[in-house]
Amino acid sequence: MNPDGHDAAGRPRASEARLAEIRREAEMRGAAQGSGVRPANAPFPKASPQTGYYGLPALKAPQWTWEIPAYFFAGGAAGAAAVIGAVGSLTGADRRLIRDARWLAAIGGAISPALLISDLGTPSRFLNMLRVFKIQSPMSVGSWTLVAFSNSAAMSAVADAIARKTGRRRLVRFVGNAAEVLAAFSGLALTTYTGVLIGATAIPVWAEHVGTLPIHFAASGTGAAVSILELRGHDSNRALNAMGIAAATAETIVGARIELDQKRVNKPLKQGATGALIRLGGLLSGPLPLALRLLSLGASRQKSRKLRRAAAASTIAGSMITRQAWIKVGKVSARDSKVVLDLPERIRPRIASQ
Amino acid sequence: MTTTAFLTDSTLCIGCKACEVACKEWNGVAADGFEWTGLSYDNSGALGHSTWRHVAFVENAPVEGFGGNAGEVLSWSFLSDVCKHCANAGCLEACPTGAIVRTEFGGVFIQPDVCNGCAYCVVTCPFGVVQRNPDQGKAFKCTFCYDRQKENLKPACATACPTESIKFGEIGELHEVANRRIEQLKSRGIDDAQIYDPQETSVGGTHAFFILRGDPKSYNLPPKPEIPTVHLRRGWTSAGIAAAALVTGTLLAFLGGNGDES
Repeated sequence: MNPDGHDAAGRPRASEARLAEIRREAEMRGAAQGSGVRPANAPFPKASPQTGYYGLPALKAPQWTWEIPAYFFAGGAAGAAAVIGAVGSLTGADRRLIRDARWLAAIGGAISPALLISDLGTPSRFLNMLRVFKIQSPMSVGSWTLVAFSNSAAMSAVADAIARKTGRRRLVRFVGNAAEVLAAFSGLALTTYTGVLIGATAIPVWAEHVGTLPIHFAASGTGAAVSILELRGHDSNRALNAMGIAAATAETIVGARIELDQKRVNKPLKQGATGALIRLGGLLSGPLPLALRLLSLGASRQKSRKLRRAAAASTIAGSMITRQAWIKVGKVSARDSKVVLDLPERIRPRIASQ
Repeated sequence: MTTTAFLTDSTLCIGCKACEVACKEWNGVAADGFEWTGLSYDNSGALGHSTWRHVAFVENAPVEGFGGNAGEVLSWSFLSDVCKHCANAGCLEACPTGAIVRTEFGGVFIQPDVCNGCAYCVVTCPFGVVQRNPDQGKAFKCTFCYDRQKENLKPACATACPTESIKFGEIGELHEVANRRIEQLKSRGIDDAQIYDPQETSVGGTHAFFILRGDPKSYNLPPKPEIPTVHLRRGWTSAGIAAAALVTGTLLAFLGGNGDES
């Protein structure tokens, strides 16, 4: 064997000397060239101040499954619907709209706990959420909010139904209205707290947007509630369209701000599959329904309803996608150790000066 | 009760993984599969629900062999990582069931009979330690051998460590031990040794601190870990603004245009 570890044809031999050579090369250039188990120029995993620990994640990725973002959608829409119902009652809106809003809140309030419980690792212990109340834990605050919301929303819808069936019963109406007020207040918390829930975490991209997420999620929930009510037949109600325009405007502004923010923590919001999903969700809940709703203002009655139904369908899909996308973004962000370890974005191979 | 702590001195660690094994044996932690990562001699990769001690293997630049009869040899840094048992613990604050508690020894302990597996602690740990076990449906991490401490026993890892790299004792004493050790290392010309114990961030120090050589980032230890509760004020303010906007907007919409378009 040649002392330099090469055979007669100049190819490196598999030997301890060759191993030392690969190590030396990897140390100097951050990549190992040539034959062997690794393809040429493959990045050589390293534990270093530039790469972190072999590029492994420094945080644990969220372990929540699809139920949690589905709950964000259902709870968000239900919470906003309770607000629409209560404000509608207050201002003397169409009774049919108020009734539908109450039922939307009640149904969302029933689906939400089911989704949350099915995501628990030990679903039989869901009542443990109510062992304590911790103001410093958004998950605890949210659990209690949901309990208050689900019960009051259901009570207000059922009371409404009983009052209609049995004629004017003052007590039933009073209970229904009181429940409606409680549902509206807890609904306000329910549509917004989910932004605090994921914002106040160690996941870099969530924490970065903690000041935006509650507004983003409230706009998404409001848009969804308005849209579901429109598809239920309230597609010529002017107040709902005004709310839809406001929600879509807010979503457009949130989307534009994310697009313009160049911080590298935002990478999962713009790149790869999660970036595409965020943009799709943003487009479907922001600019697209906004344009359709604005067009509907000047259109004939028949055409206006069609445009608003299209906007509604787009907004509902956008809200669902947005919630799923934000959870997926968190998973990508947790796996990328560059932000949390403050590592250089790209490592230049250090070529030894010879 | 005295507040206890771990001091893990990586300059004494030989990478034998006795701590990983002792921890698994004492606590009955499940196996985590026979997967070869190819990343040095580390096959557990990181702390997790089934890895409560994790020995990191950092390969440094090759150095000259001793005695002139060896070529180049790798120089190693080993570090046995563990739950930091933060003074201000993100997981503990976030836990909605009260399953995560601070023990009388100052450690952070997940009560397995209370945890319902909501996995919120997983995303609120700034060190990526806590994880939900998909089979058992509860979150797990180092218990600081709470059961052993109650019986006046050292934690299993510290007991098994053959080089006293893992030290266990009263937290104040261990801080002094750490400071003395750094001075001793410096006097021997080892200038890159430092204590990793983030006291200046919102975590407010840990009950499991480390002596390590080089940059903590090489071991995936974050330079500025923060407890996520620092984000609460901004989050709830934003939620308040959103709620106010929703009420006002709905009110304006219904006052402005009640009823149908015609």
